[in-house]
Amino acid sequence: MIQLEGISKSFKVAERSAGLKQAAKALFVRKHRTVEALSEISFHIPEGEIVGYIGPNGAGKSTTIKVMSGVLVPDKGSCSIMGYTPWKDRAAYVRNIGVVFGQRSQLWWDVPVIDSYELLRDIYKIPQAEYKASLDMLVETLDLHTIIQMPVRQLSLGQRMRCEIAASLLHSPKVLFLDEPTIGLDAVSKIAVRDFIKEINKEKGVTVILTTHDMNDIEALASRILMIGKGTLLYDGSLQELRGRFGTQRTITVDFEPQQHEIFIPGTELLSWTSERAVYSFDHEQLSVAAVIAGISEQVKLLDVAIDTKPIDEIIVQLYKEHQI
Amino acid sequence: MTLYFKYLLILFKSQMQYRTSFWLLSFGQFFIPFSVFAGLYFMFERFGDLQGWTFYEVALCYGIVHMAFAISECFIRGFDAFSSLVVNGEFDRLLVRPRSTIVQVLGSKFEFTRVGRMLQGAVVLGWALIYLPVDWNIAKAVTLMLMIAGGVIVFSGIYMLGATLCFWTVQGLEVINVFTDGGREMAQYPLNIYAKWVTRFFTFIIPFGFVSYLPLMFILDRTDGPAWLYMLMPLSSFLFLLLCMGVWSIGVRHYRSTGS
Amino acid sequence: MSAYLSVCKLRFINGLQYRTAAFAGLTTQLFFGLIFIMVYVAFYNGSTKALPMELNEVVTYVWLQQIFLGLIMLWLRDNEIFGLITNGNIAYELCRPVEMYGFWYSKLLAQRVANTVLRCLPIAFIVLLLPQPYRLSLPHSWSSFTLFLIALLLGLLVTVSISMLIYISVFWTMSPVGSIMMIAVASELLAGMILPIPLMPIWMQNITYFLPFRWTVDFPFRVYSGHIPYMEAIWGIAIQLIWLILLIAVGTWCLRKALRRVVLQGG
Repeated sequence: MIQLEGISKSFKVAERSAGLKQAAKALFVRKHRTVEALSEISFHIPEGEIVGYIGPNGAGKSTTIKVMSGVLVPDKGSCSIMGYTPWKDRAAYVRNIGVVFGQRSQLWWDVPVIDSYELLRDIYKIPQAEYKASLDMLVETLDLHTIIQMPVRQLSLGQRMRCEIAASLLHSPKVLFLDEPTIGLDAVSKIAVRDFIKEINKEKGVTVILTTHDMNDIEALASRILMIGKGTLLYDGSLQELRGRFGTQRTITVDFEPQQHEIFIPGTELLSWTSERAVYSFDHEQLSVAAVIAGISEQVKLLDVAIDTKPIDEIIVQLYKEHQI
Repeated sequence: MTLYFKYLLILFKSQMQYRTSFWLLSFGQFFIPFSVFAGLYFMFERFGDLQGWTFYEVALCYGIVHMAFAISECFIRGFDAFSSLVVNGEFDRLLVRPRSTIVQVLGSKFEFTRVGRMLQGAVVLGWALIYLPVDWNIAKAVTLMLMIAGGVIVFSGIYMLGATLCFWTVQGLEVINVFTDGGREMAQYPLNIYAKWVTRFFTFIIPFGFVSYLPLMFILDRTDGPAWLYMLMPLSSFLFLLLCMGVWSIGVRHYRSTGS
Repeated sequence: MSAYLSVCKLRFINGLQYRTAAFAGLTTQLFFGLIFIMVYVAFYNGSTKALPMELNEVVTYVWLQQIFLGLIMLWLRDNEIFGLITNGNIAYELCRPVEMYGFWYSKLLAQRVANTVLRCLPIAFIVLLLPQPYRLSLPHSWSSFTLFLIALLLGLLVTVSISMLIYISVFWTMSPVGSIMMIAVASELLAGMILPIPLMPIWMQNITYFLPFRWTVDFPFRVYSGHIPYMEAIWGIAIQLIWLILLIAVGTWCLRKALRRVVLQGG
């Protein structure tokens, strides 16, 4: 379905320096340096998969998305999506993709949402029957009944994002690129968006490429993660594997009756301590959860216990560190 | 083409949300060229005539060029304001849609407040038409319409060239004003008052001559060629536009290989 | 003082960053100057009447307009200040330990000077070398030149004080567009930006005498070419000073009133 092979791209960037003297010099001589945004990126995504595409800022995520959506022509490498080369067959190809940019709206700001939808229908030349079917389905699943008549500028961010996603699916694309779709959304909206993505993926087999910094999105949606750093693909695998590699740490938070001094449990690291609560971190492959709880309750009267897995954010940070990005 | 009208409607609806701003700006758009025209009027009061051209003859030329300019500023605004599309990345959005970039850019922006300038042009045109001692016939009326249409096409071409520049740099774009505002300032007078090389530049390179000057001579009965020749002259602006469209596609190709 | 200087320096560096823009602006101005002059040349060459201004004086006038455009035109917009007023963030500005009128005044002044400095010398250099009749003439005499510099400086200060009034009016109109429109459209004609004032009909000239605009454009440039003789120039400078004091007084008073309103109404 999606096949990238050896995609590389570099940019020339002008250098600017600070201060009055440098600025005056820059009037006459401009220095450039070459930035390698993408270097031999290769991966294969089968139809119907949801992929999380992560990496630190400036790693090359948006550049890859631009190449895959046909906006940017790479320096070398090949790319085949649904049989098309995105930048070569642009007009024919983009009919089958949907793109959502989290921070930028594709809806017309001061008019009701439905007007924007109708214009998109004309842009994509969607037959009326098909449009109606899509629209009804999207309105139903995203609960847009009340907001569809309102101008975009009057919507909250959560409502706007739901409308954006619907807009990108009106023409029933087979591939959906989502760039930071949940950024700035409240908890309820985030869940709504995530559920919706899961559903269209299941019902319609839409392949989803999700770029995000919110690891909870990844956890909720992506079965597979592609990680990019400084232009190269650093990790291509499932979330399970990732957890397996770094995720054996557990933190345990215990509440107890007031104690005078700290309590140490061998094999664990004491992360924080107050007279009524302590937090420990340990490797659950080395020491079982049961053993830790037993160890603590030998020394204090436990009131409450909470166990967390290593937050995925930290796993990612560790992955970055491992690759020195 | 119907897509263009759909864009127009949606943006009109958008702008109508801001009524006071619209009226204020349109008001200003009427008075700015009005003060330029006042300057013209004063000069004629002082000098009597301009190299053999009377006030009303020049006013006719002025009215036509201003109408053409105002119409193109209103409906081809998408290209004039293209730099903002590139700067905020909206152009990428256009590339992800299955339509020609030209139609989409055209539909990205309309400047309805230019109706103020259109009104001013119409007033001047009307005034000139009333006082000019010209025998009007169908041929001349058609020529007049085509002159305005041709003018719109020439300005559109210039806007497109200016927009294409944005693919290489978004700085220093005001140079294009030399050809749009400057072109208007020059073409609003009959082109023969200028030095030879200027006239030639504005006839063959940016074809204002074919659109305003030569047909104007025809309307004022100062030529002796066949009528149809002068009537069709403004259509030569299409060639210019085709050239500009070619340059535009080169620009888009460049953008897609170097990114933003 | 140092606060004002750092504002100036910042604007300067900002201006210098964009060399393409500066070069383009330069070219644009040269072309527009040429276009206007070509029209004047056409008018003058076709006429045998006696005229209140010679062609070379008009050409000089046009070039001086282009060279000092950044200093004299009223269309400059500082969207920062507009934004502050319309969205009420003016409250933050009030917390700064600098007197507001003076602070904004120097900001606007610095902007204009920075914009102009980059362009004026190259343009001046080029237009001094153009062939006749397109050339910028040298000043009439040393005394004309000195008086011109004083008149230009005062004209600049008057322009900035007028534009301060435009910004202050936004406190009441809440519409930057409206405020600029009303004054700037009229000022173009009345200052002599469209036509030098002596070329206007008498009734029009009389109108301009009652307004401060002509003292920013028409007056300094005609002092340069000697069209306005020595004594008259000195009187003119005195009138500029009077207008300046008047405009600043009105400006500071209005601003104080406006700010008091903001404080009382809580922004």
